[in-house]
Amino acid sequence: MIELWNALPLLIQILLKVIVIVLPLLGLVAYYTLAERKVIGYMQVRIGPNRVGWRGLLQPIADAVKLMMKEIVVPTQADKTLFVIAPLISIVPAIAAWAVFPFDATLVVADIHASLLYILALSSLGVYGIIIAGWASNSKYALLGAMRSAAQLVAYEIAMGFALVGVLVAAGSLNLGEIVRAQTGNVFTWFWLPLLPLFGVYVIAGVAETNRAPFDVAEGESEIVAGFHVEYSGMGFAVFFLAEYANMILISALTALLFMGGWLSPLPQSWVQGVFPLDDGFQWLLLKTFFIMFVFLWLRATFPRYRYDQIMRLGWKVFIPITIVWILVVAGGVVAKLPPWWSA
Amino acid sequence: MGFEKFLFYCFAAMTVAAAGMVISRRNPVHAVLWMVVAFVSSAALWILLEAEFLGIVLVLVYVGAVMVLFLFVVMMLDIDIATLRAGFIRYLPVGALVAAVMLIEIVLVVGPAHFGLTAFPAPAPAGVAVNNTHDLGMLLYTVYVYPVELASVILLVAIVAAIRLTLRWRPDSKYIDPARQVRVKKGPDRLRIVKMASVGPAEMPAASLADTKE
Repeated sequence: MIELWNALPLLIQILLKVIVIVLPLLGLVAYYTLAERKVIGYMQVRIGPNRVGWRGLLQPIADAVKLMMKEIVVPTQADKTLFVIAPLISIVPAIAAWAVFPFDATLVVADIHASLLYILALSSLGVYGIIIAGWASNSKYALLGAMRSAAQLVAYEIAMGFALVGVLVAAGSLNLGEIVRAQTGNVFTWFWLPLLPLFGVYVIAGVAETNRAPFDVAEGESEIVAGFHVEYSGMGFAVFFLAEYANMILISALTALLFMGGWLSPLPQSWVQGVFPLDDGFQWLLLKTFFIMFVFLWLRATFPRYRYDQIMRLGWKVFIPITIVWILVVAGGVVAKLPPWWSA
Repeated sequence: MGFEKFLFYCFAAMTVAAAGMVISRRNPVHAVLWMVVAFVSSAALWILLEAEFLGIVLVLVYVGAVMVLFLFVVMMLDIDIATLRAGFIRYLPVGALVAAVMLIEIVLVVGPAHFGLTAFPAPAPAGVAVNNTHDLGMLLYTVYVYPVELASVILLVAIVAAIRLTLRWRPDSKYIDPARQVRVKKGPDRLRIVKMASVGPAEMPAASLADTKE
């Protein structure tokens, strides 16, 4: 088996690795949409989709088929090339970021030194899809949505970047695998505890970065119809949808890696060594990721939409000062070798 | 080595082509987007040179932040392209002269005499173990710590100056400070309970009854 794998040309090997990551990711995106409708349904004392397949389990597939069959309408006054490539620009970074993602202690496609920086750079590219879509549609609602979205992304990216700086200071590395290894121990040696304010800022900024409720003014149905994707139909709309959900999954998985110990078990190694479901492994990463993904849905079902000026105030005047202060606190802790996180 | 060379020529061609598109597109938004392509492909060239930190930071800072703001401004501008292009032939000689002078200067400064392969032979690949983020950080915060700190202070001054210059108070603005909103107490700020004697219509003076009927 190994010999067969090694005999394959390098490009084919890379392509196979990409397929092994992207296909389950897209499947997860599809079922995340179903989970969203079900979870929010039950939170609002409804049932949610339950007609297609057993308890609605085939609903995402029915949705996908419906969207593929729909006509793609391109507005007459639109910039046609940009209108078509905008959804692609928004989904490519959301998927390409997974190239450096460590799924467990050994399983990672490209183990580069600056992997966290790479993910940050790629996620900062996602905004282009939204801005280009808003401009190319040649519609006032779309342009307003794109402007709101761009301002919001730029504001929250700073807070998010500073939260990550705190993680870097605590872990002493830009490599995601090293960051997880720096949290080895038990549930209390993970970074959520010493970096608690940054953890909160990161999750909330992540909700804002992905334009999710309560930060979804870029879509703002009640004021600007659907914001930047108001002119999109069929697969163009579906690809924007895919990108949004893929980004949510990415943020959830990153939160699990950076603050919740990634693939590490919450119990001390001496208790669980070799006991399958409790030992360190991919199952823990999956569980933590699902928890944060659930929090995303929970927030959406719970909170009304933020007012635009309050979003800006929260990003610039609350989050950035919190993160700057806490970076200093963390740096002090690292220098003082505060146990149990930095004693080694 | 062959594949690396192939990649280099791909990205180099892409950079040059995108740079050409930046100056030849009529639509300013298209020009900015081609500039983004040029930045990304030159970041790829840096990564081929094993400068992964610089390459990624180029994408993060220039593409992810600076160009987004640039695009934003260009989209908001209502540019009349016809007037922009009107003087093309008239200014062509001057433009060509400036371009020629620039080209000669660039060749003189970075030409093969100073930066050729004999003066700077290709360094041996450093290998995957070298972490250039770490190395760069060590250099910047030890040997070059004063220049770095000076540059950061100058940038901070520029930020403060820019904010002060564009800051204007709008007395007619209906802005509500959320911090004050949150601090509102039920007692003195929001709700005032006024005690009134309970008086029925029958007990009211006749004059006031007449007023209400009008």
